[in-house]
Amino acid sequence: MTNISTLHYLVLGAALFLLGVIGVLTRRNVVIILMSIELILNAVNLNLVAFSRYWQGIHGASALQGQVFAIFIITDAAAEAAVGLGILIAFFRNKETVNVDEVNLLKW
Amino acid sequence: MNPSLPSNPPVATPYFFYGLAAIMIIGGILVITRKNAVHSALALITTLLAQAALYLMLYAPFVAGVQIILYAGGIMVLFLFVIMLISIERNMKERQFNKQWVVGIVAAGALGGLLIAVYTTTKGGILFPPVGHESYVDGQNTQGIASLLFSQQSGTYMFAFEIASLLLLVAIIGAVVMAKKRI
Repeated sequence: MTNISTLHYLVLGAALFLLGVIGVLTRRNVVIILMSIELILNAVNLNLVAFSRYWQGIHGASALQGQVFAIFIITDAAAEAAVGLGILIAFFRNKETVNVDEVNLLKW
Repeated sequence: MNPSLPSNPPVATPYFFYGLAAIMIIGGILVITRKNAVHSALALITTLLAQAALYLMLYAPFVAGVQIILYAGGIMVLFLFVIMLISIERNMKERQFNKQWVVGIVAAGALGGLLIAVYTTTKGGILFPPVGHESYVDGQNTQGIASLLFSQQSGTYMFAFEIASLLLLVAIIGAVVMAKKRI
């Protein structure tokens, strides 16, 4: 078996990204849509850390920019989850459902 | 063991990569197909932990620790709390996929075709480096990230770090305001 290259990680990240996109586009439950967004963010994170490994191979072990980006994306994911779930609680209090098809207040 | 990496033996054999990748893909499929949101959350936690193991294979121990503590420990507990707060009995009897699911899968398939086209037509040699050339001193990873974030000389991302803390403050205030009884 060959050694694992960066492309292996990129393909895995692309597969996870596609799973997240399918989840966002097809599910009706808001909680699962938010979890699919977490899947997408994690796929990007995997790509970033794999590219960081590649960059370290060129510029030395202290070239850690990709891992720093991954940490920033984890921060964003935490903020997004907090605000998204807060919106979800407010929505559930008003409409008694978590179904996105019934989020139609702005529709005319 | 690869002879071209004498001072830097791989953390694990390639079999581990394929095993962890299989765990992640299966977990992702379970996340988007389960009817019960709690089951989806547990599958997502499994995926996140397997991804932390992949970070370890990529010589990123600090990101792996952050992934376990913050993602699998913090964000997913938040998700589980919210799932417990909202009642899901009625939702579980309803249809789980919306009416546009065919269009959604076609759009995702088009995106996948684009990604396949990019990955297969990119010039080789750019995307196939030997992963790692040099030895990694233990503990250098966390120090390197800290010096990129905080150091006076090489702290390129100090301003971005401060902006991230501001973002977290805004998110805290936003979450509290949205979860209040009367806005």
